[in-house]
Amino acid sequence: MRETLRAALTIYAKDVRLELRTRETLFSVLAFAFVVAFIFTFAFEPSPQLIASIGPGIVWVAWIFTAVLGMNRTFLLEHERGTLDGLRLAPVPREALYLGKLLSVVTLLVTVEALMLPAFLVLYDLSLFNVWFIAIALAATVGIAAVGTLFSAIAVHTRAREVLLPMLFLPVALPLLIGAVTGAREALDGEGWDGVGRWLQLIVAFDVVFLVLSSLVFEYVLEE
Amino acid sequence: MTDQPASTATRSGHALELRGVSKTYGTTHALRSVDLDAAWERVLVLFGHNGAGKSTLLRVAAALVKPTAGSVTTAGFDADRHTQRVRAATGYAGHGTLLYDDLTPEENLRFYARLHGVPQPDERTGEVLRDVGAERWAHRRVRGLSNGMQKRVAIARALLHRPALLLLDEPDSGLDVQGQAFVETVVRAVADGGGAVVLSAHDPARGLAIADDFAVLRGGRIAATGEAASAAPDEVAALLSAPPINTSEGAA
Repeated sequence: MRETLRAALTIYAKDVRLELRTRETLFSVLAFAFVVAFIFTFAFEPSPQLIASIGPGIVWVAWIFTAVLGMNRTFLLEHERGTLDGLRLAPVPREALYLGKLLSVVTLLVTVEALMLPAFLVLYDLSLFNVWFIAIALAATVGIAAVGTLFSAIAVHTRAREVLLPMLFLPVALPLLIGAVTGAREALDGEGWDGVGRWLQLIVAFDVVFLVLSSLVFEYVLEE
Repeated sequence: MTDQPASTATRSGHALELRGVSKTYGTTHALRSVDLDAAWERVLVLFGHNGAGKSTLLRVAAALVKPTAGSVTTAGFDADRHTQRVRAATGYAGHGTLLYDDLTPEENLRFYARLHGVPQPDERTGEVLRDVGAERWAHRRVRGLSNGMQKRVAIARALLHRPALLLLDEPDSGLDVQGQAFVETVVRAVADGGGAVVLSAHDPARGLAIADDFAVLRGGRIAATGEAASAAPDEVAALLSAPPINTSEGAA
């Protein structure tokens, strides 16, 4: 376990260093998220009643598209650089490679989500600075990253990799997304644990299932 | 060179043993029932034209690719059952450098040293960089280095964890005379230090100059094996350009 954690943190530190140096994934993903959020302002007149009703949906649509884009690059960059073999040659459990990449994806998504919070406030007068909303968002992000990291590794070996990831990811992550959108709406409606708790529990349950299954399956995904 | 092979490797038997190894990709047979041994303290050079199966054989030996059939034993460890031990005992440098272009050689090697669980990774990184003569450009990004420099760092990466078996896929390609001499020095140091080296080459004259033993691959089969001292470059060249072999010819 200690060896797995050490190797995972080594990969995570390398990914963070590379991203801080190039900023190629964060900037492209963030720009995309802003464009998606901005386009919705032309689709309807954002009245307070309408925003209360569909705001959480807009937030999650922007975040999910962004997540798919960001997760696609997780293994794609390793594949294009030819460094995926370098990771596969390491004498460490395959779970370590999965965990390291998962941490990188979670960090990327949480960073984008955090940077998007002020944008939603400006564009829609929608304040997302709510403890329960943030709890729902963080829990759902872990689940999204857990599935997305696995499917990103599967998709990278195929020709239609850009198309394959959303095709695989969205149906599997659907229960999680339903929980995230509904839980977010309850949180923004001012509900506390009574309203949000069951959705949070559902999301955490999915997180555990996705994390366990993905780390078990990852070994077979990575082997040629 | 200061490399001593990994202490965990088992020195009985051969450094590498392939038995009936086949690998297919869809309908393409990259390797067909290959039997091959690589001895300790010796350099085995694989000759073959493009598509002969050299790269696949080295990737199978490095536990990067699982064979469709047959068994691989590296440094005494069965590659199927003890994959991590095989990876720990093996150093591999392929066609790509496996380096991150936006990191420096030092950062790349430090990363791989930590990933391989090398004790004192910072010291070892400095040591290997000195060994391959890469100290001067250790702090420049890899993307700014010449092909020859990148190749040196790539070989340094393969040596970081002091592998018992070094696998090099056409290490001479794109290198000048100095670079080729460097490869020869590294290869000889590993073999003389108690390890073993398997590398692939196109040029029989150049390959035989480095080799203790050689094997010729044709159409995914072993067409011939022997000691380098008893073979002439012309003979190896003739074996390479011979017509496709029958199944009965494929004995190692």
